[in-house]
Amino acid sequence: MSDTLVEVRDLRMYFPIYKGVLRRKVGEVKAVDDLNFDIKAGETLGLVGESGCGKSTTGRAILRLYDPTSGSVSIDGTDVVQLEGNDLRAQRPQMQMIFQDPQACLNPRMKVADIIAEPLREHSDMSAEQRRERVNELMDAVGLARRFANRYPHEFSGGQRQRIGIARALALNPKFIVCDEPIAALDVSIQAQVVNLLEDLQKELGLTYLFISHDLSMVRHLATRVAVMYLGKIVELAPRADLYNRPKHPYTQALLSAVPTPDPTVEATRKHIILQGDVPSPAKPPKGCNFCTRCPAVMPICKEVEPTFKEHGAGHFAACHLLEQDQSEAGELSQKQAETAETPSQQGETT
Amino acid sequence: MSDQTRIVAEAVVEEDAPRSLGRDVWDQFTRHKGAMAGTAVFLFIVLAVIFGPLIHTIDPTYSDFRARNQGMSWAHPMGTDNLGKDMLAQVLQGGRTSLLVGVVAMAIAMFFGTLVGVLAGYFRRLDGPLMRLTDLFLALPILPLLLVIIMLFRDTLRSTFGPETGIFLLIVFIIGITSWMQTARIVRGDVLALKEREFVLAAKSIGTPAYRIILRHIMPNILSPIMVSATLGIATAIITESALSFLGLGFPSDFPTWGRLLYDGANFMTITPSRVFWPGLVLSLTVLSVNYIGDGLRDALDPHIRGR
Repeated sequence: MSDTLVEVRDLRMYFPIYKGVLRRKVGEVKAVDDLNFDIKAGETLGLVGESGCGKSTTGRAILRLYDPTSGSVSIDGTDVVQLEGNDLRAQRPQMQMIFQDPQACLNPRMKVADIIAEPLREHSDMSAEQRRERVNELMDAVGLARRFANRYPHEFSGGQRQRIGIARALALNPKFIVCDEPIAALDVSIQAQVVNLLEDLQKELGLTYLFISHDLSMVRHLATRVAVMYLGKIVELAPRADLYNRPKHPYTQALLSAVPTPDPTVEATRKHIILQGDVPSPAKPPKGCNFCTRCPAVMPICKEVEPTFKEHGAGHFAACHLLEQDQSEAGELSQKQAETAETPSQQGETT
Repeated sequence: MSDQTRIVAEAVVEEDAPRSLGRDVWDQFTRHKGAMAGTAVFLFIVLAVIFGPLIHTIDPTYSDFRARNQGMSWAHPMGTDNLGKDMLAQVLQGGRTSLLVGVVAMAIAMFFGTLVGVLAGYFRRLDGPLMRLTDLFLALPILPLLLVIIMLFRDTLRSTFGPETGIFLLIVFIIGITSWMQTARIVRGDVLALKEREFVLAAKSIGTPAYRIILRHIMPNILSPIMVSATLGIATAIITESALSFLGLGFPSDFPTWGRLLYDGANFMTITPSRVFWPGLVLSLTVLSVNYIGDGLRDALDPHIRGR
């Protein structure tokens, strides 16, 4: 197994709410609440969830674009939450971000060459000539013609703009890139191009991605492991195949059942789990499990006790009381299984 | 066929040398007819004011008592005033002061306005104090304030810098310090909106320090409102100076400015209308041409409009 590159521990990001004439703090929006996960070097961790569940906030908090309320994020051994000023700036080259809206993330008054060269200007003492050389390399790498270097962002299509954003993120040879819904604003045909580009770059440069998206099928295509978020918390985290074939958390099951299948006969007979109600406000999350207000299999305990985020099976983490019950029943079962199948390696093959 | 033309077209594009920003802006600027006309008129006025006294060599302070209150003639193209001073010479001389006051006061106002606006918009902590300061300045009654300032400082400045430079510095400073507030408000609003744009976030994620984010990403994008305020600012500064001189608070009476000339000429309007007409006309032309230049510059600096 490869090394862990990014280690997120107890990450919390609360935004205070001020009200009244005196602007007193009356509460906080728990946008990200107690996240724990690792990202291994060279893998892609998909982060999915519906809008407003804190995916983007997570990405931004990890890159220290926000100051997290508490917790730690260590990237390649350094805890970026503790860093300030120039120390943080020195860490910036190894972590970069690709943004959702390719139109908004490029300065309309700068030429493409200047946009891509900005990180080089900030973090290297290359001469103008060397910078131009590097910009040309990067434009080649993302599939932009070199002659576009002197154009302005508004002269490009959405897909090309996203390539400019990717070239900028790559300029400093980062190890870790947060892709914040990089394909959400793009046409379906262009989405495939950009995703393939991201994959190719990962293979060539050994990049590690945190791929934030609400597009489950795209995440399935790209990610090695997938984390599902609901209301600021990760409810399930598992290797891709495991999560898509055997979702354990009721929310993940509902989410996956909403992905349409291309085959109409299958689609017609498929059972959709339709969740009732809306996502509760992150300023006032329900007591107990965050999902208890909408869960189809809600139990009395869910409204009282918050489920813990635990490993259920190899690398498959989830936070749900249902699983704990199952486990206590299944515990006996697996003991019997263990008696019949003696070596754990054999078990690994069967699962 | 269409393929062929496209290939040719692409080949042409391929040979495009890297264009410089200045070149782009200039190309677009020259395409704006109003701006070109404005530039021509403004340049003409500036050149006339600088080199005019070399051609029209009558001393503006020389009183020819035999030629008082004259109309337009070859000897005195704009006539003479009630003391027999040549009007053209006075307009040219006065233009030097008026234009200089306009430009310098505008520069001061733009500097303070942009500084306050950017700081208030970008740094949340400074927003409250700086905007309250702006409100305070907006709430000050300008004319009484001017009276007090001029009363208090005129003599001290005169004695340190000499009568003309002293009053020039005072007037420029007063106009500058009382006209930056509009700019500050406009700039702050724009900065607040820009700061939330993703490209600023992208710059932060790159690790660009705040002052370079402001210089590289914020300033170029608020250039057009600043440009507009600046051109309007030149115009208002010239007019305010005229108003001050008109009220008798500005430059001394033997030191002509366009506003002073209007003030002195207004009483003789029925005898020699040319005394009001000419200074008024140059003043209006200057203001108008500067506004057109500003219009053209704003368009030229916007890459979306450029090339259309």
